[in-house]
Amino acid sequence: MAKGGGALTVAPQMFQARVHGRGGQGVVTAAELLSLAAFAEGLEAQAFPSFGSERMGAPVVAFCRTDTKPIRLREPIAEPDAVIIQDPTLLHHVDVFGGLTETGYVLINSARSIEELGLAELLTPARAGRVVTVPAGELARARTGRPIPNAALLGALSAMTSVVSQDSIEAAIHGRFKGKMADSNAAAARDAFDYVREPVHA
Amino acid sequence: MREQLEGSQGIARTVARCRPEVVSAYPITPQTHIVEALSRMVRSGDLEHCEYVNVESEFSAMSVAIGASATGARTYTATASQGLLYMAEALFNASGLGLPIVMTVANRAIGSPINIWNDHSDAMSMRDCGWIQLYAADNQEALDLHIQAFFLAEALSVPVMVCMDGFVLTHAFEPLEIPLQNDVDAFLGPFEPRQVLDPDDPVTIGAMVGPEAFTEVRYLSHIKQMQALDLIPEVSADFRERFGREAGGLFSCLHTDDAETIVIVLGSVFGTIADVVDDLREQGSSIGVLSLKSFRPFPTEELRAALSGAKRVVTLERALQVGVGGIVSENVRSALSGTSIPTHTVIAGLGGRPITRKTLRPLFATAMAGELPEVHFLDLREDVIEREIWRASEGSHTGPHAESILRNIGIVRAEPV
Repeated sequence: MAKGGGALTVAPQMFQARVHGRGGQGVVTAAELLSLAAFAEGLEAQAFPSFGSERMGAPVVAFCRTDTKPIRLREPIAEPDAVIIQDPTLLHHVDVFGGLTETGYVLINSARSIEELGLAELLTPARAGRVVTVPAGELARARTGRPIPNAALLGALSAMTSVVSQDSIEAAIHGRFKGKMADSNAAAARDAFDYVREPVHA
Repeated sequence: MREQLEGSQGIARTVARCRPEVVSAYPITPQTHIVEALSRMVRSGDLEHCEYVNVESEFSAMSVAIGASATGARTYTATASQGLLYMAEALFNASGLGLPIVMTVANRAIGSPINIWNDHSDAMSMRDCGWIQLYAADNQEALDLHIQAFFLAEALSVPVMVCMDGFVLTHAFEPLEIPLQNDVDAFLGPFEPRQVLDPDDPVTIGAMVGPEAFTEVRYLSHIKQMQALDLIPEVSADFRERFGREAGGLFSCLHTDDAETIVIVLGSVFGTIADVVDDLREQGSSIGVLSLKSFRPFPTEELRAALSGAKRVVTLERALQVGVGGIVSENVRSALSGTSIPTHTVIAGLGGRPITRKTLRPLFATAMAGELPEVHFLDLREDVIEREIWRASEGSHTGPHAESILRNIGIVRAEPV
């Protein structure tokens, strides 16, 4: 399952991811795709949305849990092992890091660095290599023509953790979408995977 | 084969395998994904020999279902919340006529204040409409209950509601086993209606019945539901034998046999509570949880037997009988009448408020210490209540509570931003 090449690993137990974004950015789809990828890995997986105001542009949260045993828990994820932030403009409006575990992963869709975003306090030793920005919107736009960052962010997540492999992410994308839509999003996910694995960024 | 699926898609595919001949529906959140998927299956031909009727309201949805079922068609619909209320009159007609319609209720709160999120106010408000009401603890059980519902409905000629938590289940992606067509066919068999409207052999159904026989007709409806108390466990056992899974029955139990404290729940909150109860058991606490599947008919005798060894019973419910307290609790209390077992009501999860382990743990600790009041509102924001009561007492034109509270907790601003 782990892809090696410096992949950080997580303990073989429940893994909880929270996705923050805005209506129209595919936040719910991101959580669903992650659950599909985890299921393809042979894990138990549960994805569910937290519908607030169902409006374009309004803050939206979705959740995904994975585990090696059946998941009975149905509460929203208050203490995530990973937060995926699809829209950095939420950083100042929503408590996106609320409850993040000490070793929790942070993945932000931004071309700026963590320091440039004013989030240096997230860079604790326990989170070494686990707090990353990826220009997922730009990578998505280059491949799909639209800046919907969800697939690319999942590619980046698979590069950071070994919860799901890049192959499973791409399989999930192909399972959910068809034709060019699937191919271009899978390519964006691959680009983001490479971006995170490649230690030197421009 | 297990698939990772949205609950609603699983329901639609399972209902399709029950081979309904008429589906009439009006979309309402959070049920919409189910009927959308069924309409696509009818159009694509994946669901054969079925007419999908897109009506203009829930009243029409149930009226079409009544007409279709009366002509001998296996009939299905789905609704939620205000939609269920809008079909209220027709619900009583369907049960009074003894028509075996199956309906999914994707449980959602009822306004006002308008709220699209999950609680059980909708189905609970229709608890006396003569339908069997089954509650699913998870999505797999929701799927499996639909197959059992068609069997029960047709065996007794009575309509059945399968209640599943809106969003929490309908919109959750999780691994699901879609029952195989051959297995569903073998389990259900063809629909053999007890009454059929047929132009070649005309009969009247729905005649006026006066005081001379109304009681007897009603009593027969009651007998059917009492028969369901015997049939529901049999159908569940038959299902387990054929499909290899537990689903349905009157209720299921976790650690209740020797438990001093038994928590009774309906629906998807069972999963979270089961996790908490397992943890408490590991720490040596004497607690168990009972997941009620059949609310109508209510298994009074069976519950009494299951609860007889408890020191206290806590019913946690997602609906409020304003002016009284709990709805399910009242039924539980009647099941325990004559015993000295104290009963408690916990009102929780109204309008989509999450029910979390964080507050369940202290709740159960309080209950096990014998310190829970008779009626308790979980996670009630008492500061908000006090402030609003104070505000409303300050004048005569104080305006509506809902908007005032939203302003106070900062969800909307009083002035334009």
